Amino acid sequence: MRKIQINTHWCKGCGICVTLCPKGVLTLEQETVKAEKEEACIGCRQCEYHCPDFAIVIGEDENG
Amino acid sequence: MNDEIYTKYLALDKMPTMWCPGCGNGIVLQSILRAVDELNADRDKIVFVSGIGCSSRAVNYLDFDCMHTNHGRAIAFATGLKMADPDLHVIVLTGDGDCASIGGNHLIHACRRNIDLTVICMNNSNYGMTGGQYSPTTPIGSMTKTSVYGSYEPPFDLCKLTESAGATYVARAATFYPLQMKELIKKALQHHGLSFVDCASDCPSLFGRLNRLGDAGQMMLRWKDRLVSVQKAKTLSAEELKDKVVWGEFVNTDDRKEYCDIYAENIAKAKEAANG
Repeated sequence: MRKIQINTHWCKGCGICVTLCPKGVLTLEQETVKAEKEEACIGCRQCEYHCPDFAIVIGEDENG
Repeated sequence: MNDEIYTKYLALDKMPTMWCPGCGNGIVLQSILRAVDELNADRDKIVFVSGIGCSSRAVNYLDFDCMHTNHGRAIAFATGLKMADPDLHVIVLTGDGDCASIGGNHLIHACRRNIDLTVICMNNSNYGMTGGQYSPTTPIGSMTKTSVYGSYEPPFDLCKLTESAGATYVARAATFYPLQMKELIKKALQHHGLSFVDCASDCPSLFGRLNRLGDAGQMMLRWKDRLVSVQKAKTLSAEELKDKVVWGEFVNTDDRKEYCDIYAENIAKAKEAANG
């Protein structure tokens, strides 16, 4: 499983990551993004590369 | 891990940024940081110069040597910096209002001289910081605070402008394709001579709201149908290319001499004449 690190202090809740995620991993909760289905992440990093606030980092796959 | 890029290059005490939610400037800045990191360049030899505007605030968040200068004059300051120390790698971060309208002349003259600067224009089609007035790149028919019946001025194509002014590397990237943007910026940084990258981005809180384009995510998805690569654009007619944004590398040549090199040659000639 990949670790999704979200910096909630930097996230402004613009929702770009939520729109672009192909697996619906991310949701918005009180104007901050939250990884609701972390286990479904395929590691495409679309959220990370499109985050204007440097708030998401996707870790490497722990199972290799 | 990518987290290291942020902790390494961002001024963490200034974070989070002052940009509105969904602003494309952050995506451009992220791509620049990744490009700089991949090139493994000496950090003390890189200087970021910016003017005034939302995009120019980017230098405040960087842990590099930076200059935040007058409106439109970023390229003028950068030219002076480069002439004083040609070993420096000078990167100009600017916006469409900053470099195309008030700094328009500095841009075309820097292109004419072909001085070794990397100019990265974060093009969000309006003046964001002052409240969303129309800029020289606002598309015809768009609503802004100063064009309430739709903008009727034909916009600048900054890539065509810089190409015809003499820039030796010209490319357009888009925030919808951040990895390709990183690659284009990387090539621009490696280029010897004036390199210009026009980064098509979004302003969801002003341009998006006034034109009813939806939230930041929907504005991002709009690019999917509008972007056409430069290779594909060659096969399409002018009618099909209407309302499309062509991205990719337009010019990459080294057939013109760089300005600092010519200047050094002239100094050598003058010294020779004085001694001879």
